[in-house]
Amino acid sequence: MAELYRRFGGGLGTLFLALVAVWLAGMVLAPNVMMIDYALRPNLPPSQIGGANDVYSLDNILYLANEGVHRAIFLKTIWASALVALVTFLVCYPLAFWLAQHATTNQAAIVLLALTIPFWINEVLRTLAWYILLAFRGPLNAVLLSLGIIDEPVRWYGDGGVLAGMTYAYILFMLFPIYNSIESLDKSQIEAARDLGASTWRIHWRVVIPHAKAGIATGCVFTFMLAAGSYVAPALLGAPGSRWFTEIIYNWFFEGGDWNRGAAYALVLLVLCLAVVLVTLKLARVSLTEVAK
Amino acid sequence: MSHSVELHQVGVTFGATRAVSDVSFTVEGGEFFSILGPSGCGKTTLLRVIAGFLQPTEGRILIGGKDMAALGPNQRPTAMIFQSLALFPLMPVWENIAFGLEARGIAKAERRRKADELLKLIALEGFGERMPDELSGGQRQRVAIARALAVEPQVLLLDEPLSALDLKLRQHMRAELRALQKRTGVTFIYITHDQSEALAMSDRVAVMSAGVVQQVGAPRDLYDNPATPFVARFVGETNAVACTVKGIEAGIATVDCAHGTLAGRAGDGLESGASATLYVRPEALKPGNSADNALAATIERVDFEGAFALAHGVTDDGMQLVASISSTDLAAAPSIGARARFGFNSVNAVVLPDG
Ligand SMILES: Nc1ncnc2c1ncn2[C@@H]1O[C@H](COP(=O)(O)OP(=O)(O)OP(=O)(O)O)[C@@H](O)[C@H]1O
Ligand SMILES: [Mg+2]
Repeated sequence: MAELYRRFGGGLGTLFLALVAVWLAGMVLAPNVMMIDYALRPNLPPSQIGGANDVYSLDNILYLANEGVHRAIFLKTIWASALVALVTFLVCYPLAFWLAQHATTNQAAIVLLALTIPFWINEVLRTLAWYILLAFRGPLNAVLLSLGIIDEPVRWYGDGGVLAGMTYAYILFMLFPIYNSIESLDKSQIEAARDLGASTWRIHWRVVIPHAKAGIATGCVFTFMLAAGSYVAPALLGAPGSRWFTEIIYNWFFEGGDWNRGAAYALVLLVLCLAVVLVTLKLARVSLTEVAK
Repeated sequence: MSHSVELHQVGVTFGATRAVSDVSFTVEGGEFFSILGPSGCGKTTLLRVIAGFLQPTEGRILIGGKDMAALGPNQRPTAMIFQSLALFPLMPVWENIAFGLEARGIAKAERRRKADELLKLIALEGFGERMPDELSGGQRQRVAIARALAVEPQVLLLDEPLSALDLKLRQHMRAELRALQKRTGVTFIYITHDQSEALAMSDRVAVMSAGVVQQVGAPRDLYDNPATPFVARFVGETNAVACTVKGIEAGIATVDCAHGTLAGRAGDGLESGASATLYVRPEALKPGNSADNALAATIERVDFEGAFALAHGVTDDGMQLVASISSTDLAAAPSIGARARFGFNSVNAVVLPDG
């Protein structure tokens, strides 16, 4: 703050601060306050808005607690998002380690470019590519059939398809934080551990992962949040049995016409995600500022 | 007796760079052996080959008589102390020291006991719970040594471990390292580019230049009988006088140079008529005419160093000359700007063939 004033002087510094404040208020605070407001009010016909029935209550939130199907989907979304984060981590960690510690500059450049280029395309189109790949009569089944690995085509759409699509969609959000944190690890630490007789597993468990903890936590938090709030992958790659909570929220808003209940559902999802994230960080002993970096 | 280390024609090539070539020497068990050489001469590379981090392009390495070719760094009876120390910053000191024991599956109580024992050895009792960044440079240094000793290595490999310390601490740690080596009896292979460090600490020293071992010998031997021009110039200060060999008799070579006729001990491979260089140490030069050999120079400056002073002069043909004068004789030293003659005894000079 003082730095800002020192660098830009009083007038300009105040202007910048005011702009940031306006931006925060308009883009972050206002929508959330509106959402909370909606969530706590009943869904009334226009004539009754502001009338005797328009009072704050927890009815919308309690509705979710008492509605078995929605509750199950909600809980499933939470643990399935955690699973997406875990799988993405398992895919990214070895790759990040290799990139950061073993790859030559050229190899790293090629791999990072190959991973980044698909992300120049819109998320919907990328997911659509998986939709085509995983189709019942699609290329993946054709390849597996011709290799004799499966005898008849597999229905990939559903939980497996959603997991694959999301893991792919969020790879970079996991890869970069982990890559950055492993890159700052002095190679001689790994060599010292090996020289002292440590197995590969122990080197990672005791030296690399503790060093990269903040990066790993950041990646997992990003991926978890993105997965829990994801709409495209479950909508395209899911099956009726693998509904995501965001789809239910969508339905309340655009099909059920009940914005209040939709807002309540969205609020619960937001709060629970935040809780999961904070608890995870607490367990991993990583502070929020480290993640923000 | 701890293990010996034998190197047979070891060579290492990185792409187009020949980092180490045809290195052969044997380090006896329990010896303090130094590898001395200027920056970039391949010292670290050689040490990494011995530790097993790097496969030699050619040659063999035997430790305790056993060929190491198929063994990785975690299977060799060696422990390395890195130039950066490479302590694990997120583990307390005692876990750092006990890491090698942890890797060997030793129970926690036993690890803790062993770590405390080693902390005592390095005079850091009660520091076990500290984190590495809460220690001073010298203390970190000692923790790194304890960590390496914890796995009871036969051979300890040290890559310029004192280079990050200030002069006083460095001298103190030299003595400590030396004492520790004597007490534990572990074979030390110690890398340094500081010749005074190598001379002061080692039983024997290998002098390296551009990937090649120039000479292996006891410190005194290297200093008095350098085998190559590189060793003569790199180990200690010297005056080099270009000359032509006139004759060799009973190991003493008589040479012609711009300063007349001089004589010195003949090095290996010296032949009559060949162009050569005569090397004479600053402390071998005595002011005055008394000796058989003399060099004349105009004194440019006298640097007082404490126990002695270095008189820098320039000869008539423009050669730099350095003579050391004991502080007790300083009153009789030639004054600046004066012409002075320095004599030396033939046995205190050595003549080596050029090239
Ligand atoms: N991984 C590598 N790839 C290519 N060249 C290398 C590699 N490691 C070392 N070299 C080269 O090999 C030569 C010897 O390097 P080395 O690190 O052994 O020198 P050193 O004697 O330890 O020097 P210093 O005293 O500066 O540490 C140098 O020319 C260096 O550039
Ligand atoms: Mg080195």
